[in-house]
Amino acid sequence: MTMTGPNGAGRDEGLSLQQQRARSAVWFLAPMLVALFLVAAWPLGRTIWFSLTDTTLDNIYGGKFVGFSNYLRVRTLDSGAMLWRGTLVDPAWWNAVWNTVKFALISVILETVLGLLVALVLNAEFKGRGLVRAAILIPWAIPTIVSAKMWSWMLNDQFGIINNIMLNLGLIDHKIAWTASNDTAMIAVLIVDVWKTTPFMALLCLAGLQMVPRDIYEAARIDGIHPIKVFFRVTLPLIRPAVAVAVIFRMLDALRIFDLVYVLTPNSAATKTMSVISRENMIDFNKFAYGASQSTLLFAILAIFVALYIWLGKVDLTGETNR
Amino acid sequence: MTFKFKSLIAGSVMAAALSTAFSAVPASAEEITYVSGAVGKAVENFAALVKPWEEKTGNKVTLVPMPASTSDQFGQYRLWLAAGNSDIDLYQTDVIWAPQLADHFVDLSAAAKDLAPQHFPSIIQSQTVNGKLVALPIFTDAPALYYRKDLLEKYGKQPPKTWDELAATAKEIQDKEREAGAKDLWGFVWQGNAYEGLTCDALEWVKSFGGGQIVEPDGKISINNEKAAKALETAKSWVGTISPEGVLSYQEEEARGLWQSGNAVFMRNWPYAYTLGNGDDSKVKGKFDVTTLPVGGEGDTSAATLGGWNVAVSKYSKHQEAAISLAMYLAGPEAQKQRAIAESNLPTIISLYDDADIAKAQPIIPQWKNVFLNAVPRPSAPTLGKYNEVSSKFWSAVHDTLSGNGSAADNLAKLEADLTDLKGDQW
Repeated sequence: MTMTGPNGAGRDEGLSLQQQRARSAVWFLAPMLVALFLVAAWPLGRTIWFSLTDTTLDNIYGGKFVGFSNYLRVRTLDSGAMLWRGTLVDPAWWNAVWNTVKFALISVILETVLGLLVALVLNAEFKGRGLVRAAILIPWAIPTIVSAKMWSWMLNDQFGIINNIMLNLGLIDHKIAWTASNDTAMIAVLIVDVWKTTPFMALLCLAGLQMVPRDIYEAARIDGIHPIKVFFRVTLPLIRPAVAVAVIFRMLDALRIFDLVYVLTPNSAATKTMSVISRENMIDFNKFAYGASQSTLLFAILAIFVALYIWLGKVDLTGETNR
Repeated sequence: MTFKFKSLIAGSVMAAALSTAFSAVPASAEEITYVSGAVGKAVENFAALVKPWEEKTGNKVTLVPMPASTSDQFGQYRLWLAAGNSDIDLYQTDVIWAPQLADHFVDLSAAAKDLAPQHFPSIIQSQTVNGKLVALPIFTDAPALYYRKDLLEKYGKQPPKTWDELAATAKEIQDKEREAGAKDLWGFVWQGNAYEGLTCDALEWVKSFGGGQIVEPDGKISINNEKAAKALETAKSWVGTISPEGVLSYQEEEARGLWQSGNAVFMRNWPYAYTLGNGDDSKVKGKFDVTTLPVGGEGDTSAATLGGWNVAVSKYSKHQEAAISLAMYLAGPEAQKQRAIAESNLPTIISLYDDADIAKAQPIIPQWKNVFLNAVPRPSAPTLGKYNEVSSKFWSAVHDTLSGNGSAADNLAKLEADLTDLKGDQW
């Protein structure tokens, strides 16, 4: 990629090869950086700005700067009592945070374990492996809105197939109102998310598994090591970087879950997540700035989670050690 | 299919007749865009509905169909209007939206000064914000109690007058029918999901127990009272006894699903379920009738929540004159009559309830006038831009009560505190 032709050499005279490479790299990266700025940094900056104003959707450009009062403000009543208001003391918001974190942790753990199991099966040599690999990806390929709607009918209490099957098998003695009851709403959302996203985890784990050199397994077999020990001592350490990256992807996805909840249990306090409540405030309640402050907090929480995970898990995102 | 075909023929006959009547078409034809939720037969009937207007003015109307859920529509419309979108000229708006979106629509009071008095005054009132007529009504909606004639006759029962009677009748029929083998039969289905529909249902209970209408027209928060608490406790007693526990996740269509498969004795629903319930694929065809919703006790009056749809002209439209003309046409007697006959939508023009053609094609519509005259508006007028939040807090408190999460009295006391806080100095 360095310009060594007669024209290039003439223009870059006096620059070392390293400098020339750096200079051309800047030009190659520029369109990407501009695109990233436009689609990521600018909206993020706008959202943070909106969260510091009193903008409403009726007058989107007319918001005035109000400092941090969307996050926390205090009003002293005539009686002298102090009244704290704002997102940071809003019980509905903290309920949503707790729901989201609970959902993210449980779903990512389940999906990682199940995904790894599926990947191990798919990594084995058997007839029709290509077909099975393609088939298992179907849940992931269905748009979330479609699969959520599909599941909401399957989970329907009166004519849903899930209740029907479980009743006939004798697992339950009465029809369960999955999405209606506060006790089962979160379970319903988790079931659908695990069903949908396990294939994605399986795919990423499979990619990691296929990087593991076959001769290591051969050596283990010759030494007569038990397969379970091989898995924990050989396979798992070798695919850890791939799995770690997959977990980050899933974690980011799970913490901003919106579509599934919006379709399955839109207004249940037991499943309302950070994204759902932020949208509700921005659009339904016309508290655009308040919703923006929740979006900003969602961004901060995501950033903290990922930073903690990378730091505690010593995850290597640069790929340097693999070279 | 047969319907579509009929309406096509009807449409073309009408068109042929009209094209001879209005042969002089104005030179400047305009393209008008109309956005509306795709519910029932609204989309397939639209072309026939606007045809006479197109013939008369030479303009062209394009329909942009939206999801059926009113909250989904509202979210999209609010974003479009906030962005000053000029692609959409007319919006079909829910009866509760007027105060929240008033700033974005054109004042129609001057254009409709002759048309507006022909409509029910209460509906025109609901679309008027600070003297500005935000939208013109095109049809109205009021729910009723659907009941199974055959089952009530079988057990010698009358349609219930009070909620207690309803519960007793429902329980008796449900128990006896289940013994006789109809295991999936339930007494009463309604809309218990935590959404706008629950606000409608619960407002009816509270109002029919004499517990006010959440926020009174003068802006006073009235919900925390004994009668309202009693209404909610009564509704709570239905869940799991005469109504399935899953009713707490039902919207209109889930309730209709249970009803139309013959598995419910009573149902609370809107008029659209009447035509569908009498369709050829319905198990309850010809076996049911409708009446007004029950009352709490002696001296209380029945209450049905006022629904209905209107047409509003966007302030950002580039074809305002043509758009206003279309709005006037859609709200006028000709279009309302066509809609009533083809879609069984309730007219908002008083005289159409005495129209012989409508009575012949949809005998239910004159009957429904009584239901509709008892209709109670949701508190969207006094609470202005905060209505959605008021409604959300109300349905959450009701849903909590129904699912056993705190007593009605406690939840209503908390709701009152929340609403007072939300209100601040004024709505």
